[in-house]
Amino acid sequence: MITILRKQRYFIDYTLGTMMRHKGKSLGLLSVYTMIIFMLASVMLFSHAMRSEAVALLADSPEIIVQRIQAGRSVMVPAEYLQRIGKLRGVTEKRGRLWGYYYDPAVKANYTVMVSEQDNLSINDIVIGAGIARTRGLSVGDYLTLRSHEGKAFSFRVVRLLESESELISSDLLLISSVGYRRLFGIDESYYTDLVLSVRNPREIQKIAEKLTRLLPDSRPILRAEILRTYESLFSWRQGVMLILLLGSVLAFVIFAWDKASGLSAEERKEIGILKAVGWETGEVMRMKFWEGVIISLMAFLIGYLAAYLHVFYTSAGLFEPVLKGWSVLYPSFQLTPSVDGLQLATLFFFTVLPYTLATIVPVWRASITDPDLVMR
Amino acid sequence: MKRSNTFFVCLLVLLTGFIASLVDVAIENGQVLPQAAESAELVSRLGLTDLALFTEARYTRHPSQADIHSAFQDHPVALEHFPTGSLLQPSNGSLP
Repeated sequence: MITILRKQRYFIDYTLGTMMRHKGKSLGLLSVYTMIIFMLASVMLFSHAMRSEAVALLADSPEIIVQRIQAGRSVMVPAEYLQRIGKLRGVTEKRGRLWGYYYDPAVKANYTVMVSEQDNLSINDIVIGAGIARTRGLSVGDYLTLRSHEGKAFSFRVVRLLESESELISSDLLLISSVGYRRLFGIDESYYTDLVLSVRNPREIQKIAEKLTRLLPDSRPILRAEILRTYESLFSWRQGVMLILLLGSVLAFVIFAWDKASGLSAEERKEIGILKAVGWETGEVMRMKFWEGVIISLMAFLIGYLAAYLHVFYTSAGLFEPVLKGWSVLYPSFQLTPSVDGLQLATLFFFTVLPYTLATIVPVWRASITDPDLVMR
Repeated sequence: MKRSNTFFVCLLVLLTGFIASLVDVAIENGQVLPQAAESAELVSRLGLTDLALFTEARYTRHPSQADIHSAFQDHPVALEHFPTGSLLQPSNGSLP
């Protein structure tokens, strides 16, 4: 056993020596390979962590939301719909929600304006998310002027800032009283944005949704399970400019690596010929090349993965920010909870390390079964 | 120092880093972070449904609340034009 290990060590020594002779080429390959794995692992880790974070955060979102659809668009729901729903078995609470969007031309940002009954806000009070506070430079006690539906300017006093820890869900939130909301947007007492239903038994949700569509044919119930499913497929692998761009570089690398690994140069052929001539066996030549593939691909995988891990979880995926930001002005600053999907990691390993290692062996086998004299010529 | 020894030392350092990352995941998953508790309270109190990640358009700010036409609603034959639209999958209910 020790002899076998020692022999492998000599192979590694020899392989490293060969690689050091072509330092530029080997380091170039290692850095390109590492970069590709870094990008792939970053996308993989980021999308998985984002999905896990979203599903964990939104686990307490409303069980059923009822929207009203008119001509294929969501419209305000009449308050009398609450009476029309009546008493449905299993529904513990039903209420109307008031929320909407406000475009602030001063900073070219969209705020999500939401009525919060629990905050007991007076008509001129607002609570704002950390993103709005940062973008507008507001703090507690400052005033924010919004233009109403009639064009009148309304000044609201900031009474509280939402904690920056919850920025991922509250960065652009602007909490307001219901009177303030109705006055700002010109919505009378008889309308809500949508209705929220609480259901005690999760197994009854589907049945209640069916009853709702019968009672209110123009309504569209959105279930919590659908919200969570939306976030489970948030960043699909099929989607994304980023991945399409990345695919180009991956293909370029595959061609580069295949060319490097499978096409032996005249010098390499000569080297194999010499090794065979001095007594190396075919198996030994192949083992030497196998180690070359393993060293390059394993090192690239580990360095690339570790760099991606630090990038996603300890620098808030800074390289992806411009892509994710798009035209969002109120981009939240957030730290993702580290989470790794073992299956994805294994897939990345098998699709990066194995093909390269195998690609190095095949041409060597072809060269090493040929007569040394012929190979050296 | 032999070349193979240098390689093994490098490999050991990298493997330690790799294992440390997995341990980090396990530790973080076992903890209830203050940010998670804070956000969960806000979600349940206000009935929030979406992440404030893409605030540029309403169908990207609230993908779970958007209807199937919202990305193409500006005018007839309008194409979806917000950059996030190419990153974000349409809501699950609106897919065929």
